[in-house]
This record gives sequence, structure tokens and C-alpha cells, in this order.
Amino acid sequence: MNRFDYVKPATVAEAIAAAGAPGAAYLASGTNLLDLMKGNVVRPERLVDITQIKELTRIETLDNGDVRIGALVRNADLAYDASFARDFPAVAEALLSGASAQLRNAATVGGNLLQRTRCAYFYDTASACNKRAPGSGCDARDGENSQHAVLGWSDACIATNPSDFCVPLAAFDAVVEIEGSSSRREVALEALHLLPGSTPEREGVLNPGELIVAVRLPAAARGFARHARYLKVRERNSYAFAVVSAAAGLVIENGSIKQARLALGGVAAKPWRAHDAEALLAGQSAEPEVFEHAADAALREAKPSGDNAYKIPLARQLIVRALAAAAQGTPSRMPALPASPFSAVPGALHDA
Amino acid sequence: MTPELNLSRDPAHLRHGSNIGQPLSRVDGLAKVTGRATYAADNNPPGLLYAVLAVSSVARGRVAALDVAAAKAHPGVVEVMTQANRPPLHSDPDGKPNPFSFRFEALQNDRVRYANQPIAVVIAESLEAATEGAALLAPRYEAEPARIGLDADAAYVPPVVGMGMPAEQRHGDVEAAFAASEKQITAIYETPPHYHNAMEPHAIVAEWQGDRLVIDTPTQGLVMMRARLAELFGIAPDNILIRSPFLGGGFGGKGLMAGPQVLGILAAKMVGRPVKLVARREQLYGPFGHRSPTKQTLRLGASAAGQLAGIHHHARIATSSFEDFYEAAAHVTHTLYAAPAIATTYDAVRMDTGTPLFVRAPGLAPGSIALESAVDEMAEACGLDPLAFRVKNYAEVEPSTGKPFSSKALRECYTQGAERFGWWERPLKARTMRDKDGFLVGWGMGTATFHALMFAGQARAVIRRDGSGVVESGAHDMGQGAWTALAQVAADSLALELDQVTFKAGTSDLPDAGIAGGSAHTATVGTAIHNAGAAVIARLAELATSDQRSPLFGAGNAGVIARNGRLIRRDDEGRGESYADILARAGLDEVDGSGSGVPDPAANEQYAMHSHGAVFAEVKVDPDLGQVRVTRMVGAFAAGRIINPKLVKSQLVGGMIWGISLALHEEAVTDRRSGRIMNANLGEYHVPVNADVPAIEAFTVAEHDPFVNPLGIKGVGEIGITGSAGAVANAVAHATGVRIRRFPVRISDLVRRA
Repeated sequence: MNRFDYVKPATVAEAIAAAGAPGAAYLASGTNLLDLMKGNVVRPERLVDITQIKELTRIETLDNGDVRIGALVRNADLAYDASFARDFPAVAEALLSGASAQLRNAATVGGNLLQRTRCAYFYDTASACNKRAPGSGCDARDGENSQHAVLGWSDACIATNPSDFCVPLAAFDAVVEIEGSSSRREVALEALHLLPGSTPEREGVLNPGELIVAVRLPAAARGFARHARYLKVRERNSYAFAVVSAAAGLVIENGSIKQARLALGGVAAKPWRAHDAEALLAGQSAEPEVFEHAADAALREAKPSGDNAYKIPLARQLIVRALAAAAQGTPSRMPALPASPFSAVPGALHDA
Repeated sequence: MTPELNLSRDPAHLRHGSNIGQPLSRVDGLAKVTGRATYAADNNPPGLLYAVLAVSSVARGRVAALDVAAAKAHPGVVEVMTQANRPPLHSDPDGKPNPFSFRFEALQNDRVRYANQPIAVVIAESLEAATEGAALLAPRYEAEPARIGLDADAAYVPPVVGMGMPAEQRHGDVEAAFAASEKQITAIYETPPHYHNAMEPHAIVAEWQGDRLVIDTPTQGLVMMRARLAELFGIAPDNILIRSPFLGGGFGGKGLMAGPQVLGILAAKMVGRPVKLVARREQLYGPFGHRSPTKQTLRLGASAAGQLAGIHHHARIATSSFEDFYEAAAHVTHTLYAAPAIATTYDAVRMDTGTPLFVRAPGLAPGSIALESAVDEMAEACGLDPLAFRVKNYAEVEPSTGKPFSSKALRECYTQGAERFGWWERPLKARTMRDKDGFLVGWGMGTATFHALMFAGQARAVIRRDGSGVVESGAHDMGQGAWTALAQVAADSLALELDQVTFKAGTSDLPDAGIAGGSAHTATVGTAIHNAGAAVIARLAELATSDQRSPLFGAGNAGVIARNGRLIRRDDEGRGESYADILARAGLDEVDGSGSGVPDPAANEQYAMHSHGAVFAEVKVDPDLGQVRVTRMVGAFAAGRIINPKLVKSQLVGGMIWGISLALHEEAVTDRRSGRIMNANLGEYHVPVNADVPAIEAFTVAEHDPFVNPLGIKGVGEIGITGSAGAVANAVAHATGVRIRRFPVRISDLVRRA
């Protein structure tokens, strides 16, 4: 990798000041960034290591009932926080379905939000990639693209966002707190990432030097805790990115859906919130036909971007399954294989 | 609860002592889990420099320019080695001095013949500086279109397949057999390229001490590699020391010397300092061999009652543009099922990849999944249970040669495996089993087989004045447990306890142990050790029986036996003498003896020698989403004498997991335009993780083989893959009613589309 400056600020203000220079990048655990640097996919001139900023490591409940998660909270710490997992079970399940135990022990909340796509052509610096080298083209379009996007893609880019965590965050209206050199602002998680359009290099709304300091889950998201699931289809049963994933949350009263939340992962350049499907579910009874209509609504715009047409029926089946699982009720214990379709039996041994 | 393997304590298996057959934990286990086991890249001699490979991003063409100046200007970079300035080699990397010498790249010219081929080496004071130096080379290429895929070029019939087997081999008349068959099936099965993916990457630490070369590098063939290096560098083999005490997995990928090892040695020569070169993970997908993709056409004919009449197994395979190695995927069909007519044929295409080479269970791994799938398809066509069909077509003699088997306890494997699994509850019809949660359940099985091979190896045994022993052979521990199993054989060969024997292995200055491959290492080296022990015991006996002062005087060499560090009279066990006393009286510090392990040509002429097994698998499949999970596996294996049942179980279970991998996970994804492998990392080249591995039972059935070698060892390293992959594939078909013939089975194959 290239030679770079390395600074280790103690406060957010120092960090932002240090990252003001062009070519600077924030470093948390580096579970993605260091791989990208080793592969010469990115070559920052300065790394601003924020891991010493203690104020970013807290999980706290605010006066209004929102839960505020510091950007440096480790994925595993958040998922295993008992009260967090009780209140936001689908978020915990998504976290525990991601990566491996070792990576979850290191990876941070803020870093997870900003992880880059796993499109192999993005990582392969000899390939054309509009995201990595704007204007160079997209070798994924006619390449090995069975895992690529079926929603929101453009001719310029068909990559997907690989995050599990972001999918339920989008579903449950999480808010991202961002600090910059002169201001502090908030962005809905759903609006954090951008679809590629003609500028796939612009992946989100963060400006250079801005730092994610926290993610907030609104108090109202607790209302879905009894009927919330995250399900993830993958080519092996752990340590694999989602082919398609779905977060579903329901508020059910007297057998009728009062409110619904639905988001998909692995299908687009951002976690894909399915508002139309949610609207369609509200007021309906929790039945398979209703879920199928919702799935159709969620995927109305879906189209293959390559050798991936199968992902559309797969997403449809998964939405129906996730909604049915949510309707059935959140398991009393975290399944041994979180988010796996094979965790039909809550808490079952993984080889049962 | 998984039962322990049966201990082989049959007195017939005990030569002198009782070490063979014990389920000892590996003697190097503690060192490994505490980080004290030194792998090649752990060595840091004083003055060490770091070398990093720059590799090609095109698959075919030439390197037109390298920015050597930019690389050399980077702080810490000491030297950049390219085809323009590298030290000379004594012989041509593109030469072919013997069939085991494969052509490789050592910067002999500017040609590129596959992606990830080394095109320069940057040597620096730190790994980081060398890495950045390699990036700064910014190569420019004159690229030519890459030929990738089994249809990328004109196919031809290869001269031979595997190591010298004919590309066309016929027994009986398959066409006539098909014409007379009431049931016929033809099916095409495809397997993708596979890479070894050993945990330990290829690495070398090379140091020149004048004319003498000392290297640390993982190898499965110490003496063969030494000979190759001697010829390449024009120095005497005795002037080369290779140390390879531990390998972090070999799987055939470390069987032969590879170009980057030569480059590490050249780099050390160029800078006059020790150099360490470790291939990056993604660089392992290129110059170190891989398994060819295959496209196999199986044609089977049978009577309506399910008696096989003929099998034609044709394999389309690939090799590189510059070398010939042909995965012998079809040959498994000659040895397994009793069809009166069997034909195997091959054709091949040249691709712009590194040369495909030996990968665990060469030929048999992809061949077995195709054959076992096709046999199941025929069983189904005949309306027969898959196991009943296999038993009905059981080969009492090797089908293609008519030779009797040296031993074959496959029937016992079928019986005991089926019983343990509960196979006979299986409904004949596919897609009829569901679990209580609605998942589709399927049961499948496959026959496992691997040749019982031996190469040639030597060993030396010593009895010292204190009565203790030393046994030496340059054997290789790739994680399979050679340090332990061979020490057990060594102790028995000297009739001593394990802790009385020092076993030395893992360096090239010890007696040649041959290559650790072909599942033949324990048989080869074990036999050599057995014979070396016998030789030294005979020398001791000679000393004692010819000495009037010995209680054994006059007993004759055959009249004494060794037991617990003593020689005793066969006809009067009360009369005997310790080794130490014999040596003391003879005034000797030690006696030694040598032995070799080589296959017996007469026995090989007379008998067909194979290990066998039966593997049973249960899978669950999500009926909507198409995700597959193996939930249960049982493997019963017959592999002759078991030296260490604990290590053997690990080998068998590991092989069975590899079988899951072959059926459901492994695939190198190649971009056909560029020839680059797009998932050259362990995150995205999937091998099973714990969540993919169910409760696995592996056990051996008793098998006594008096013909393979004196100890009756057949080898267990690779057989576990065969049979297992087919069992999983067949279970998926039984669960879903859908026969997937392109491996690995993917979600896109099984997702419900309506």
C-alpha cells in the first residue's frame, strides 16, 4: 500500500480538523478500508484513526426514548446488548448474520454504514469501474454479475450495497448523526446512500471530511419488537454476503396489520425500503396472499441487470417468508443461525 | 454423538509393539496451537529482505513496459528484478527434464501466459515498501484475447491423462452394450475450476551461503524439489538444504516446485542477502496449479432389472497454453461398477490459465461426482433404490482389468454405513420427505474409492547405546499427522515405546521419503521405516546370536524376536537381552539400518489395489428460497490397516467436508474476457464454514490387506472427497426432484420461480 500519514485524535473536533485535508480517510476498525488499501482500490494520503474517541462508543437511551448508538460501538457489542436486542430484534439479528464472529468483534456501527460494495470489478483495479474510476465504464455489465442489482441500477453501475445492518435500520427509520467542520446535521438512513444514476462514484450524501458520530433508532421502532425479523439468503450458511435479504416489522392488532415496515438488502446500491409494500400491508390481515401482493409491489420496478433474473423471484419468496415470520412473532431467543431460513425453530441447535 | 473409530488391535496387526493402532493425539498439536510450530514464513534470518511479486493483470500477451525507476525510487526498495536483469539460471524454466517437471515462469522472457503470472519481483527493506514498489511498476501490456472456457479453443485428444494413463481406454464394446440395453441414459455434468486454498500461502525464505543454498519453504516433496533446484541452479543437491517441518495444508498445491519459489531464490542471489517471499492470497490463483474445469458426458446402459451393461465416461478438460496436464476425470469408471463394457475417452482445450495440476483427489473428485450422479439417475430409471442398484452392480473383480482386488470391504461399508444412517427408511420417490418445518429432505449416497498407491521412499533407523532409537526419513507433515503416525510406526519397527524413539522428518538432508501425495505417504514411508527397523533389529540379532557371552547365542537370526527394547528367544521367551546390553558388550555406540518402501511389482501385476467407502448424506432444502443445508453425513471406509484412528478420522471427516464443498460451494469465477479470477479470496471463493458442516460420522470397517505392503496400509487422505460429493448431489436431487448437473449447486438452480 501507499505511504500515508497516520493521526490518532482524541476528540471529534480534532478528528474533523485532521480529516479536513484532501485525501484523508477516517479509520475505525478497518475491516473494509484496509482490504481496499491493500488492493490499491483506495489510496488515502492520511488516515485519521478515530478509535480513541471514547464518546463514540456509547449506547444510550435519550429522554425522548430514542436509542443513540455511537459510531464506534462494535457490531457484536450492539447485537449482544440485551436491552437493545429486546427492543430492536431484527437489527440484532441482521448484525449477527453479517460477516464472521471475528469481524463482528471488530467492525463498528459507523464503518458498517459506509462499507463499500463487494462488486468484484470494483475491487479489481484492472477492470473498468465507474465507481472506482469515473467514466472508465462498467465491466460488471457483461461480466460475472449473478449477484448484482435488480433495483435502482443504472447503465453506469449495477453494484449492490452489502450491509446487513443497514437493511433493518432503513426499515425502522433510523437517523444518522453527522458532524462536519462547521455544522452538525442529521440524515435519515434511508437517504444516506445514493443510487448510482450517472455518478456511481458518489455513494452517499456525506461530504468530504464529515464524520458519522451516531445512529439513532426512534422510540417508535420499538413498536415492532414483537413482530420483527431479518432473513438472509446466502450461498453458504454463514460468512457470506446476502444474495437477497429482507427486514420485516409489523404491528398487529386483532389479526390485522396496523403498521408495516419492509426493506431489502442485496438488491440495490442502497438498502431498499419498500414504502409501496408497507402502504399496501397497512390495514390488511396478516395472510399469505396479502404478503404476496406486498412482495409484488416491492418488486414492481425490479429488472435483471445481467445473469441475475433469479434474484427477483428469490426476493419475492423472501419477502413473503420474512413477513410471515414477522407475523408469527419474534423468536424468544436469537436463533443459533441468525437470519437463516433454516432457523425456523427459534433457538434450535445449528445442526438440529 | 459420534462413535470413536474402531481401534485396530487385532494381534495380526501388531508386529513388535503396540503403538500402531493407538488413537494418539498429534505430537505437534501443542506447538501448533501455541504458535511455536515454525512455518516457512515464520523464519527471519538476520539481514532479511522482503520480496513481493508483481503479477500480470492480463491473461495473454507481453509486458511492454514497467516503471522500474518509480519502484526503485520508493523509500526502502532495494532492487527490482525483471526479465531484463535477473540472475541466470542453469537450465530453462520451459525445459522438461522429466515428466514431473512442469514448466514455470521465472522471468525468462516478457511473455504473459495467464493472469496472475509473476512479471517482476520487488525487493525491499520492509514488506510494505516492497508491496508499494510492486504497485508503482504500473505495467503496460500488449494484450491478446484470452482463451477461457471449455469451448474457448479447438478440442483435441490429449496424448495421455493423469500421470501417463491412456486418453482412450476400452473394455468390451460399449456401443453394442448400449444397443442391447433396455434402459439408457446420457447426461452431462460440469465442474468449475478449483484452487487448493491451503490456509498457509506459498512462501519461501532463501539464503545463499556462498554456493550453498538454505531455504525454508513448504513442500510435499523435499528431495524431488531439491533435485529440481539443483538442476535449475547448476549446483550439487548436497549443497541445498530445504526445511519444511510443517505445512499449513498442501492438497497437492505444494507437491511440485513452483515459479515463485525459484524467484525467491533468484532474488536472494541478486541482492546477496536472505529474502522472504510470500505469495499474497490472490496470487495463489495462478502459478501454483489448480484443478481443471470439467464437462463430463456419462452414457449408461442397463437391463430393465438394473444390471449395468455399459458405461461410457467422456471428459472434456483443459490445460494451459504451454504445458500438458490432463485431469483424469473419467478413469474412476474403470474400477467401480461391474459393467461388462466400459469406455473412457477425453478431449481437451488449451486455455490462458496457469497449468492445472494435482488438487486433492486428482481426477477422482470431479469424476466421482459425475459417475455417482449418473449411477443414481440410472437407478431411478430402473426404479431401484440407489444402494440396491450399486450392490446389484458390485464389482467382485476390477471391471476393466478382471484382476482380483487385494482386498475390498466395500460391501461391509455399504451395510454398516446404511445401517448407521438408517438408509433403508428412504422413500424411493424424490421430493416426498419434509421435516416438521416444511423443508424438503433428501437422502443420497455415493461410493468412495481411491487407489492404494505407493511411491518410493527410504528411511534409516538407529539403536543407540542407551537402548533408545532414532528413525529418520524426510517425510512431510501437511497437517495430516505424519509426525505422529510415522513415529508410531517407527516405535513399533524398533519394538520400543513412542517416547524411546526420536523421529526426524521434514528436511531434505534426511533419507528421501518420496512425495507426500496420492494418499501414499504413510504406506510408502511407513514401509520404509518398517524395513529400516527390521534391518537394525537384524543387525542387533546378529551381534547377539554370534556372541558366546549372549543368552541368545546360537539362536540364529530368525530365532529371536524384538519386544520392549529387548531381543528374546522365540522358543524360550525367558531368555533375552536388552539392546543396551548387546551394544555395550559389542563395544558399539550404535547400530543402524536402512529400509525402503516401494510397491511390489508382482503384487501390483496380480491385484487391483483400492480403498473403498460408502457415504450417506441428508440435506434439507428450502422449497421456496432454494438454499441447501447438509444436515447429516455418515461415511464408512475400508482402507486397510489404520495406523492412528484419531488422525484417520480427521482425514476422513476433512475429505467429506471437501465433498460438501465440491457439491455446494467451490468455484473459481473467471471473467471470460480478461481471464482474471474474480473471487480470488477466501471471503468469496466459498468453502464450507462451520455452519455448513453437519454432524459427520466417519468410521472404518476392518480390512486386512496382505498384498499392498507389509503393514497393509492403503491410505486415507483423499478418499473422503470421493463418494461424498456425489452423496450430497444425490441428496439434493432426492429432496427436490430436480437433478442439478452443473456444480456447485446454486440458489439460482433451486429457487421457486412461480
